[in-house]
Amino acid sequence: MAVSGSVASTGAGPRTRAPVPDPHLDLERYEADADLMTLSLGPQHPSTHGVFRVVLYLDGETIVKAVPHAGYLHRGVEKLCEKLSYSNVVPILDKNDYVAPMLNEQAACMAFERLMGVEVPIRARWLRTLLAELQRIASHLLALGTFAIDLGGALGGGTSVFMYCFRERELILDLFEELTGCRFHYNTHCIGGNRHDVPPGWPELVRAALATIEARFDAYLAMLEHPIFADRTRGVGTIDAGLALELGLSGPNLRASGVDHDLRRDAPYHVYDLLEVRVATDSGGDCWSRYKVRVDEIRESLRLVRLLLDDLPAGPLSSTKPLGVVSQFKATTGQVYVGIESPRGELGTWVIADARKATSPYRMKLRPPSLHAVAAIPYVLPGHTLSDAIAILGSLDPIMGEVDR
Amino acid sequence: MSELVQVYLPMFLVFAVGAAIVAVFWLGGHYLGPKNPNPEKLQPYECGNDSDGARGVRMSVKFYLTAILFVVFDIEAVFIYPWAVLFKGLGWTGFLTMLAFIAALLVALAYCWKKGALEWES
Amino acid sequence: MTNDPWLRALLEGAAVVTALMTAVAWITWLERKIAGRIQSRLGPTMVGPFGLLQPLADAVKSMQKESIVPRDADALLFWLAPPLTLALALGTAAVIPFSPGLLASDVDIGVLYALALSGLLSFPIWIAGWASNNKYSLLGGMRMVAQGISYEIPMVLSALVPVVLAGTLSMGGVVRHQAEHGWFVVSAPGVGFVAFLVFLLTALAEGNRIPFDIPEAESELVAGPTTEYTAIQWSLFAAAEYAHSLLASAIAATLFLGGWDGPVLPPAVWMVLKTGALFLLITWLRWSLLRLRSDQLMSLCWKLLVPLTLLLLLGAGTWVTLAT
Repeated sequence: MAVSGSVASTGAGPRTRAPVPDPHLDLERYEADADLMTLSLGPQHPSTHGVFRVVLYLDGETIVKAVPHAGYLHRGVEKLCEKLSYSNVVPILDKNDYVAPMLNEQAACMAFERLMGVEVPIRARWLRTLLAELQRIASHLLALGTFAIDLGGALGGGTSVFMYCFRERELILDLFEELTGCRFHYNTHCIGGNRHDVPPGWPELVRAALATIEARFDAYLAMLEHPIFADRTRGVGTIDAGLALELGLSGPNLRASGVDHDLRRDAPYHVYDLLEVRVATDSGGDCWSRYKVRVDEIRESLRLVRLLLDDLPAGPLSSTKPLGVVSQFKATTGQVYVGIESPRGELGTWVIADARKATSPYRMKLRPPSLHAVAAIPYVLPGHTLSDAIAILGSLDPIMGEVDR
Repeated sequence: MSELVQVYLPMFLVFAVGAAIVAVFWLGGHYLGPKNPNPEKLQPYECGNDSDGARGVRMSVKFYLTAILFVVFDIEAVFIYPWAVLFKGLGWTGFLTMLAFIAALLVALAYCWKKGALEWES
Repeated sequence: MTNDPWLRALLEGAAVVTALMTAVAWITWLERKIAGRIQSRLGPTMVGPFGLLQPLADAVKSMQKESIVPRDADALLFWLAPPLTLALALGTAAVIPFSPGLLASDVDIGVLYALALSGLLSFPIWIAGWASNNKYSLLGGMRMVAQGISYEIPMVLSALVPVVLAGTLSMGGVVRHQAEHGWFVVSAPGVGFVAFLVFLLTALAEGNRIPFDIPEAESELVAGPTTEYTAIQWSLFAAAEYAHSLLASAIAATLFLGGWDGPVLPPAVWMVLKTGALFLLITWLRWSLLRLRSDQLMSLCWKLLVPLTLLLLLGAGTWVTLAT
């Protein structure tokens, strides 16, 4: 089979294939001879970040075995895509990673564009990069806030940090609303470019929002980073580089394990090749490192957005007509894989097209980074307490919409 | 009314009044609230899964160890109370006695520590 | 006031408890307002001016909800636990001296009584956790007992420091001694202050407050022992928690901050001010800190606070012996 797109996932980083013990094998033995308490964490639980279930086998409060059950949010999106025309696929993918919908749209659009050989004008690519970075800030702010709430509870300091993070995220959603008219499911990307051009005065709004975020950010990080936070996160949920690579972790979760890999730098798309992306890494592999990497990425994204705002090139926003008939986009037989760096890691889209069914994908396969983060649970949780389990789950930052699809 | 009653009675009355107030709320809830039980509603909560309840669960022995430590140390603490009240009249003799007692307690604590009884997660 | 001792006792008891319940109702409002301001939102605003009638609305609302007893729960214990919790919490009020004259019962074991009730409080919560027959509740209940009884020891020992310094177990006596010789938080250099901090910490732990709200731990155990509770039953628990925090503040103010002692203002006002200040401190901590893990909590108690309070006690003894 000829792969017509570029396989972007083979980036830098050593591919050490150390044998990773299967947690389930080791645990069959334990279950037989001990009184274990089985505790269902989820699907209706405050801290599973969506509807997700982990069955915990507890000895006292120590987790002996953890079995994740995903699928509560399965909507059959991939199958649905086969029934929709290419231009109609894009908006429904917004609902996958519902914390970073911009990136979902971009991934699908890039895949389709590469499949059909559609050129994207420089202004659209520039704007896409800008939106991706803004979305990354918003998404990481949410991750930080929910992580704090996992550690500090709904009635405590965790909520305070959560509220601050959401207040700032709200600023970015306001910007998106100004641009696209929507706060969440934007549908602003279309095949060949973007739908909504920058309204007058928008760059100034962005700069103001960035200044506000930057001014407040350090204050509540200082509030968060006190000794209790360090005690709760350091050395908790350590994933070493070998395990991280074996599990296919990506994004902040991988970089926190010391693997310097970022598609924005290693397989540039949009206009990332024109930018110098400083990739944040940390060597700990624990909850603290994952938190730290996200914080550094927010700072980096703030810098990138400023750079991008400074010289937004003029020109057309889309190479295709904004809205055509269903048969506007037709693909020939072939397939393409596109990976982009979503806030959670490598968001891959694999599209197989068939000329006999030219207006919609023959098969669409998504590679959601959160799925791989969730896969780490049975390996990481055992040996930790229930409290740590919540912290680890929060630090992995999975979004169930894209895990279950 | 004897002095003892005069001192302790208000204490019980505070309890009684407290209990009365609690009872008002409790009965209020009983008579004002609806009663529409159904099997689904009466299920034990376990995040939306069928639960087999917690009756059969055996808790970790660490909890019992903590309870025993509590009994030991709290009773020792109660022994210190009479000393504390009478302390001013006892002078250095009283102080040295208590020094010995507390030293013994600290040794006991150190022993528990060394034995690993204070390690919650092991 | 009337001369009939029975009536007098009843009136005093009623006055203390009613005042306390009213205070509990409105500190929920206060806490929500403070939490709101900390989190850059407004808190309750809709019911009454500044949302002041919110506690009443909450009480009425929670009475109108359905009280659910789960299928497999131990119904009697399940029903009994919330009122018992609140009654125990309110009972502590009997020995708090609000002013030289206003003290329901200046019993000569006041400190012991207050600490005993405070320590008992973890048991109805454990009963709730056990009776619910729910794993989250049971875990929360077990955590509550482990935490409650562990922190009981440093609490009892740190409360002994003022007892040693004052030479009496009567709450009124402790305050009178402080009025004459200076507040314990500043007198007995260092010892009083550290004991005060330890007492506050243990009060937070006993009162199940952040950073020690491990038994409840919403993000882990959903609501801990109160998971299965609904309607007024749950509200009684919540009220008990607030009453406990408030009374712990009052006890701390009595034992270490001189109780009603203070210049210019009437004694009762001083007492309210000090209690209020400590409660605000607890609230402030609650809305800015994260939660500890249970093993960290236990280490903090057994490896730091217990030895520390034993040493504090010796320090207080040395101070008193040297002074006399």
